[in-house]
Amino acid sequence: MTTAPLVAISGLTVAFDGQPALRGIDLAVAPGEAVGLVGESGCGKSVTWLAALGLLPPRARIGGSARIDGTELIGASAATLDRVRGGRVAMIFQDPASSLNPVHRIGRQIAEALMLHRGMAGRAAREEARRLLDQVGIPDATRRLDAYPHELSGGQNQRVMIAIALAGRPELLVADEPTTALDVTIQAQILDLLQQLRRDTGMALVLISHDLGVVADTCERVCVMYAGRIVEEAPTDRLFAHAAHPYTRGLIGALPPIDGPRRPLLAIPGGVPEPWAMPPGCAFAPRCAQRVPACDACLPADAAVADGHRAACLRAVTASIPAEHAVA
Amino acid sequence: MLRFLAFRLARAALTIAMVVTFAFIVLRMSGDPAQIIMGADAPPEAVDAFRTAWGLDRPLWEQYFHYFGAILSGDLGRSMRDGRDAIVLVAERIPATLALTIPALLIKVGIGVPAGIYAALHRNSLADRIVMVIAVAGFTVPSFVLGLILVLVFAVQLGWLPSGGQESWRHAILPIITLGVGGAAVLARFTRSAMLEVLGQPFIRTASAKGVPWRMVVTNHALPNAAIPTVTIIGFMVGSLIAGAVVVESVFSWPGVGRLLVVAVSNRDLAVVQCILLLVACTMVVANLVVDLLYGLLDPRLRSAPRQATA
Repeated sequence: MTTAPLVAISGLTVAFDGQPALRGIDLAVAPGEAVGLVGESGCGKSVTWLAALGLLPPRARIGGSARIDGTELIGASAATLDRVRGGRVAMIFQDPASSLNPVHRIGRQIAEALMLHRGMAGRAAREEARRLLDQVGIPDATRRLDAYPHELSGGQNQRVMIAIALAGRPELLVADEPTTALDVTIQAQILDLLQQLRRDTGMALVLISHDLGVVADTCERVCVMYAGRIVEEAPTDRLFAHAAHPYTRGLIGALPPIDGPRRPLLAIPGGVPEPWAMPPGCAFAPRCAQRVPACDACLPADAAVADGHRAACLRAVTASIPAEHAVA
Repeated sequence: MLRFLAFRLARAALTIAMVVTFAFIVLRMSGDPAQIIMGADAPPEAVDAFRTAWGLDRPLWEQYFHYFGAILSGDLGRSMRDGRDAIVLVAERIPATLALTIPALLIKVGIGVPAGIYAALHRNSLADRIVMVIAVAGFTVPSFVLGLILVLVFAVQLGWLPSGGQESWRHAILPIITLGVGGAAVLARFTRSAMLEVLGQPFIRTASAKGVPWRMVVTNHALPNAAIPTVTIIGFMVGSLIAGAVVVESVFSWPGVGRLLVVAVSNRDLAVVQCILLLVACTMVVANLVVDLLYGLLDPRLRSAPRQATA
């Protein structure tokens, strides 16, 4: 990466009740960039960003560093975090219906962010809230300002969440599984909206998803997470063509091909190891077809495979072959 | 809204009618008022005369319809003991009972709700544990036990406060505390669990994620949602303002509605017991109605049928 990163996360660790959930995350997001964060449920994708923004419950033990423009966020004061949250980094979540306060009107929930980050109140805030609803594609915005979340559909609620996120004019939007709870047709609409907003506002986007397909269309760079670590990171095109980590190749193999002959989808055998039963070596080794004895000995270090492409696999460099042949 | 209200009112009327019927049946079947009021040694002719005078010799169903008709025309009957109107007898006692139950309600809400909120916000802290230990003790100890302990300590041992009677405001302190502690404990527990439930909701995280300071997250986002279950309990407490002090009034010889009820039941003074039960049913029903209306105010989801729109 050539430009100075907007957000730089390094060595980030999180443990719940002594059980590690994140085991050293290094991740940088440049201004305006779109990064995908992919992995199975429970691999720590969401926790990474909840930890960086101080949104985890107090019982979480957080170590390492997360900086925005050099300002450290881990252990930062509540006042510092409140300015960053929503103001510089906004976050939207998986289940839009329960992510909005059921007893407040939509307009009020948007206006609250406008008040906090742009000092707007009264008519000005209402007019800006209406404009934001317009911008995220909610029809009849003026009337919708007075609606309650339960009066809107899931897709509309997610648009409202995005409007709230935009209210503080953030430099980075973290979208945590923004389409998982939505119908497939609505999913595409929301992803298109995110793309368009990124073009219009120039904000960076981190798209967290368990679906490599969702990320592929939206992001320039993809980080693949497994068991609390980033196991592979590469520009999107390169990742699909030359995935180096067997887990990434497994994920790609599990995607249904759009063209070409029909083939059975490949599942990755086994499951993610539990935090209390983490193997001493590579966490993916028990499920890996390319496993060698050395894999169980120690945690594989992050190694550069090519420019902007790194992978944490002993066999990564030697086994870099196109994905469609990779999964045995 | 009108349909909602009409439905609720009809249901309230039905509830009251059921209470009246049930009270009537149970009281008639649980003993002969003539025998009890006249005494076991009374001559049979006198007892029979008493029965005739009060209509107790007529068939049960006739008595019931007569009684029900009388209620509808506003006649709640007369006390069989002193012949005065039951409603007057009961009304005389209401101020004394409210003098205990209203301050007790203020204690319940004033202490229980903040304690529950505090405990929830400091979950698993020492303060939370202390509040919860006190709360569990507060509602597991029956009020007559707590009342007697307070009498033992503050009246007998320390001699600070009187142990019973109604001569001055000082006589009200121990009964008010006895009543208030249990309710405060119940409210603290309910408020705590309601708050914990709400604080775990995704919209609380959303509020934090948009930069709302924690204090405002609690006041603007958590409390309005946690109020919904808490209001139910407070409504129940308001509903029992009239009859919630039966035991405590007896322990502290406080001449309120509760003591009147105990005396009237043991005398089988039918009209008085039924009058009190009717009054209790009415206050309970009204309190419930108010709670239902408050729900609509607190929770927009209960105000309107969902109007689903498409994305």
